[in-house]
Amino acid sequence: MKILVAVKRVVDYAVKIRVKPDKTGVDTQNVKMSMNPFCEIALEESLRIKEAGLAKEVVAVSIGPSQCVDTLRTGLAMGADRGIHVQSDSSFLPLTIAKILKSVADVENPGLVFLGKQAIDDDCNQTGQMVAALLGWPQATFASKVVLDKDKKFATVDREVDGGLETLCVDLPAVITTDLRLNQPRYATLPNIMKAKSKPIKKMTLEDLKVEVKSDIEIVEVTEPPKRKSGVIVSSVDELIDKLKNEAHVI
Amino acid sequence: ITTLILAEHESGSIKPQTVSTVVAANHLGESSSVSLLLAGSGSSLQEAASQAASCHPSVSEVLVADSDIFEYPLAEPWAKLIDFVRQQRHYSHILASSSSFGKNILPRVAALLDVSPVTDVVKILGSNEFIRPIYAGNALCRVRYTGAGPCVLTIRTTSFPVTPITESKRATISQIDLSNFKEDSVSRSRYMGQSTQDTERPDLGSARVVITGGRAVKSVENFKMIEKLAEKLGGAVGATRAAVDAGYVPNDLQVGQTGKIVAPELYMAFGVSGAIQHLAGIKDSKVIVAVNKDADAPIFQVADYGLVGDLFEVIPELLEKLQEKK
Repeated sequence: MKILVAVKRVVDYAVKIRVKPDKTGVDTQNVKMSMNPFCEIALEESLRIKEAGLAKEVVAVSIGPSQCVDTLRTGLAMGADRGIHVQSDSSFLPLTIAKILKSVADVENPGLVFLGKQAIDDDCNQTGQMVAALLGWPQATFASKVVLDKDKKFATVDREVDGGLETLCVDLPAVITTDLRLNQPRYATLPNIMKAKSKPIKKMTLEDLKVEVKSDIEIVEVTEPPKRKSGVIVSSVDELIDKLKNEAHVI
Repeated sequence: ITTLILAEHESGSIKPQTVSTVVAANHLGESSSVSLLLAGSGSSLQEAASQAASCHPSVSEVLVADSDIFEYPLAEPWAKLIDFVRQQRHYSHILASSSSFGKNILPRVAALLDVSPVTDVVKILGSNEFIRPIYAGNALCRVRYTGAGPCVLTIRTTSFPVTPITESKRATISQIDLSNFKEDSVSRSRYMGQSTQDTERPDLGSARVVITGGRAVKSVENFKMIEKLAEKLGGAVGATRAAVDAGYVPNDLQVGQTGKIVAPELYMAFGVSGAIQHLAGIKDSKVIVAVNKDADAPIFQVADYGLVGDLFEVIPELLEKLQEKK
């Protein structure tokens, strides 16, 4: 069985972002970029499944500008067998990304598609569900535990839902999106980083995949959120209780 | 404007998030009609439908899909159901709350309809213009939907509070004829069960008071102190990602960008440093109180009232001095 993992290049989680003065978006020039943390978790889980002998190959796919190759190299250094880079300088809505991933899945024929539950830039939380819909496959989103049966017929997945944990059983092929507590992604070791340089990355274009780009959402403007006004430091529990009672009227 | 809302219900009653979503639908424009879609099976579904009919005066119709297929909230049949309903009656908008339920199902629906959905709408500026947070709430993005198909939205319900309803009105309840409903992939996904913590405390997402503990609380036993304070104030218990990762409390108590978004009247954080992703989940709280030993903790920058001190001394003192909440 083959596993396909989508990895997105995003502004590093530790960077404090800046909204551009012309309100067209967030500044991504000269900012550290990394693999989306949820995608790292998705890749880690795929590697663990392979190491447990339940998958033969892990293929990482990234969609975007030429720098996505760096993101793919990170994935290859973690242990992915090969990469697919769908090259494009435009930024796409999740629906188009889902269509591209569907086309890649049609070519690659994986038994599982892993994605992060959301990217930490646009926070959309849509792509996995859409890929599953387009492929007509079952989905298990927000996974915190994934267990494959030994015949690779189905996966039992614990999902983090508002009320606690839900357990689903999905027949393969299926789409799984990962939540934070599924695993702790590994660091790439130096030898593996060196090895990753010789692993293959296949380039593809939207034309190769025959995907039509749909843009039915326009970004009107991006602004900074209103700041909370700064508060006061109280010196004792008594003062705190007094403020909450007589000033804020919340207790 | 005609809106279809995918309703959430539990043991015979509609969830408050769904009522907030109805409130949001009213912002889409004048003379809008709102239909609530409830799916499930058996008597608790019919009970919930009856309650839904009078949950808000702007609900014009309650549609009920009663079948064993919908006994559990599996995305595959539910997404197909929305598409099925939409083919018979036309809707300009399809909404659900941004809960784990709505976020699981609506993007799947949108892909079936070949439209781009908008996640986490916090403000509605018109029938096709919305504001949503990006980068963990560190930026707000104003988007315009220009597609021809229905506009699919998930609503961040803390941004659309429900005001007390005085007018009473009963919407009509219609049962959906499912004889032509085909769900081929139904058997490919099976619900195995859910583990929930039974608690007397109010729901974290809609509580008036939220008391949160961070990593500095240090243990499962110490968290009991947080719980005690929450009980005293009639509030819910929350936790930071670090506290959940350390196993002090279950995952569904996590507050933050990837956990629950809360907007209570009073939010009290104990031993919480104030990571960006945590602040993203509490920003809309009316009053934020922070207690932390570290005077430089970022949480103090957003707190209305800060107290630099040891939570293990402050909480017992608070418990002692606060009068029992009636």
